[in-house]
Amino acid sequence: MTEYKDQSKMMETARAADPLIAFRNVGKKFVVKGEPLQAVQNIDLDVYAGEILTLVGPSGCGKSTLLNMAAGLFAPTEGEVFYRGKPVQPYNPAVGYMTQSDHLLPWRDVTGNIGIPLEIKGLPKSEIADSVEDLMDTVGLTGFGKSYPNQLSGGMRKRCALARLLAYNPETLLMDEPFAALDALLRMRMQIEIRELCRRLKKTVMFVTHDLDEAVAIGDRCAVFTGRPGTIERIVDVPLAPDRDILQLRKDPKYRELTADLWDVLAPSITEDH
Amino acid sequence: METLSKNRIWTLRAAFLAFVLIGWELSSGRLASEFFISRPTAIAEQFFVWLVSGTIFYHGVITLSQAVGGFFLGGIIGMCMGVWLGRAALVAEVLDPFIMMFYSLPKVALAPLFVLWFGIGMDMKIYLTATIVFFLVFLNTYTGVRAVSREQIAILKLMGANERHVLFKVVLPSAITWVFTGLRLSVPYALIGSIVGELIASNRGLGYLLANSAGQFDTTGVFAALISIMIMAFFLNALVKLVERKAMPWRDTDADREMSI
Repeated sequence: MTEYKDQSKMMETARAADPLIAFRNVGKKFVVKGEPLQAVQNIDLDVYAGEILTLVGPSGCGKSTLLNMAAGLFAPTEGEVFYRGKPVQPYNPAVGYMTQSDHLLPWRDVTGNIGIPLEIKGLPKSEIADSVEDLMDTVGLTGFGKSYPNQLSGGMRKRCALARLLAYNPETLLMDEPFAALDALLRMRMQIEIRELCRRLKKTVMFVTHDLDEAVAIGDRCAVFTGRPGTIERIVDVPLAPDRDILQLRKDPKYRELTADLWDVLAPSITEDH
Repeated sequence: METLSKNRIWTLRAAFLAFVLIGWELSSGRLASEFFISRPTAIAEQFFVWLVSGTIFYHGVITLSQAVGGFFLGGIIGMCMGVWLGRAALVAEVLDPFIMMFYSLPKVALAPLFVLWFGIGMDMKIYLTATIVFFLVFLNTYTGVRAVSREQIAILKLMGANERHVLFKVVLPSAITWVFTGLRLSVPYALIGSIVGELIASNRGLGYLLANSAGQFDTTGVFAALISIMIMAFFLNALVKLVERKAMPWRDTDADREMSI
């Protein structure tokens, strides 16, 4: 009990500081086949340094749009997105992006894939090799350096994509349903690893998922989306210990209570006709 | 078990070949006139005569150098144009209908024009082959360069990549797969270009050997020339496969992957 009082205190201290990423009344309109489409609107959201914020909602409700704007892949049509108090510029260098399909380069082996950001940085070969060795240990790919992506299992490919992301050490990680294609047990294992890793490396994370259980299990805070247009219905603190045991969560009454609560928010939007 | 069944397959293949050849040999002069279908023993004899006298090599080298020359000429220009148009969206948009129109034309129909322009020497066959190969390689390269996913490029740019990084680390390597598909498709076509060119007008090459034998009503010679062409095509294809495997080692691993449907 005291444990997570501490945590909420810690979160409060963090939130007293300026947010790392701030969405201010953000909206984004696309034109799809000549028709205007409001992807998201009225988004006010703060992401604080060191927290894992999960965004959960039905597919196509604009969760990914927020990540894209935080990365500077495109600008909002209304409002503004700030990173460290400054409007986000194209290709925000402070963020790393991980998507559902891992986008590994099939012609490069694991070593080559992980090393690519370092090559872009222009580091000498020996230094790259050393860093890649370390990164493979970090994500649990030791011994797989010479394998090509199509020889790896789904989980291994995720680890490789993660190591590549960590290679250039961005302070914020944007994750867009990275584990959606994995089977349930492997997904849980990756959830455990990613939460542990991000906490250890003190990364700020925006994690998009359509799986409520995953959102609560991984997140320090959880934003529930409904769509379309995508709006944030509720943002909650996840009242679970920072070093929670994800494997045992389903027995935790607080976890069950929160997922049940959030389910009531999320459920109506599932059958809604857009 | 695996090797046993493999041996079995080869035994059956040999038996099938023997069956066809013996059937051919026996029916020749009985079921069909030898004038039209010749006979395997005679064809083999003719082939060996040409082999020993060096006729095969003389004509083979001519045909091969035309095919290889046209292959490289068309392949290199096709690759460069493919990369260029793949990156320059406006030029591609403007040229698209013209390229497609020209692509629809069966390229061997250009042969008479090329005879007018370049005469009946080796260069005419090289240009004809190059034209055929160009389109195959160009279209594949173009598709390959365009097929690079925007997400992939965005991810790289977030890592701080500039245009040069994107081109050399993603666009070109990813196009290589397509380029090789184009090149491999081109090999039999290069041979076709070279031989069609010879059939139309020449005094050298395997195509000439073929046309000349037919002109003298020498069916045996025709078959022997066809076999020479077949053998050449077989080795060319094997060579391209070998090069492809060396250039794209990640492809090699596709076979020993677990299958999932």
